[in-house]
Amino acid sequence: MLAKRIIPCLDVKDGNVVKGIQFNQHRIVGDIIERANYYSDAGADELVFYDITASCEQRTVDANWIKEVARCLNIPFCVAGGIKNAFDAEKILNAGADKISINSPALECPDLINELSEKFGKQCIVIGIDSFKKENNYYVYQYTGAQEKIKNTERLTFDWIKEVEARGAGEIVLNCMNQDGVRQGYDCDQLRLARKKSTLPLIASGGAGCEDDFYTVFKKTNCDGALAASVFHSNQINIKNLKLFLSNKNILVRS
Amino acid sequence: MIAIIEGCGTNIASIQFALERLGKKSLLTSDAKIIRSASHVILPGVGTAKNAMTQLQKLAALIPQLTQPVLGICLGMQLFYEFSEEGKIETLKIISGKISSFKKNTSLPIPHMGWNQLEIKQPNPLLKNIPDNSYFYYVHSYSAPVNENTIAVTKYGKPFSAIVNNKNFYGVQFHPERSGKTGEQLLKNFLELA
Repeated sequence: MLAKRIIPCLDVKDGNVVKGIQFNQHRIVGDIIERANYYSDAGADELVFYDITASCEQRTVDANWIKEVARCLNIPFCVAGGIKNAFDAEKILNAGADKISINSPALECPDLINELSEKFGKQCIVIGIDSFKKENNYYVYQYTGAQEKIKNTERLTFDWIKEVEARGAGEIVLNCMNQDGVRQGYDCDQLRLARKKSTLPLIASGGAGCEDDFYTVFKKTNCDGALAASVFHSNQINIKNLKLFLSNKNILVRS
Repeated sequence: MIAIIEGCGTNIASIQFALERLGKKSLLTSDAKIIRSASHVILPGVGTAKNAMTQLQKLAALIPQLTQPVLGICLGMQLFYEFSEEGKIETLKIISGKISSFKKNTSLPIPHMGWNQLEIKQPNPLLKNIPDNSYFYYVHSYSAPVNENTIAVTKYGKPFSAIVNNKNFYGVQFHPERSGKTGEQLLKNFLELA
């Protein structure tokens, strides 16, 4: 059986892992390689490195640290942030990343998804979606890495999910912004609706506050994995203990 | 010397790094002479069967004739079969059967992505110190049928071949280079084959 994935997300800014406390305030939590090894040893199933400023500052992720991460990690990892074309994507994949995650550039140019999928295969094309609930509808937001640039694209989240699947995406990370950083639990209602719109692997993001939130999201939404940052970085949740907790509640996780 | 056959996708760096962690040097090459004289050959593969077969070109005739241990990883393993539905293309014909899409057999999310378990069907040197039900990391939308060459299966909807072996050809559907300590053990086992 396929295990549910526990995925720490490491927000990267200027060579350090940071964590945003809603939108734009960040604090440094450690060096990239040291954190990567730490989470791999702790039993993380996969890591996501998200360059939070690259999308907004018109630059690409630096391939050097990606190579160093690939050299030391023996679990899969995904790189996100500022990948705007096939050239950027190839550089990152060749450096050893298993997947690339695209958010704002896919909204600017949806054809990019088709191009990358045809060139590299859908298995490495992850689409990140920042979704915000407003007046009973879910909308896709763009440029969420910088408060002054953040905007509502007016695209409906579930339409966008269907579109990215049709264009050749291989996985969706749905970041439910209303929950992000506030540790009140994942947005199970939204994730359950999203699950019905697509047959792609779906990763829940935004809102993890305690071990029980992971149990709830796996139990209620049938998502494939759950991503979190602050609860892991602050050591509030230890991944080994979390997996034991889930396993005792009959959620299948890799031991 | 370990030869990694060039031109079959983008996961080359992670395979080379995995070998490096085991203290082994490898060479990425499409040179038939080097490949023929290597102690071990790895056929990686990320991408589509059609692209890979186009890239392989003249090596497609050489690969089935190799006599040293050859390890096909993911798409590399799928190329060992006769035919792939992905792009409707004839492949290397080292193992009988054809590769087909998961889509026809399951309503589960596709690609099959993440950590899944092995069910060992036959003892094999590749599985030394790897217990039954071990987890490995998979990413694929097409899968290989179970046949007499199947060493281990994995279930996703229905069982598919996770490890195959015919003579000196070994294939794994998962990514040992990304499968933690168990993946490392499997690569080590492969490199110990003579």
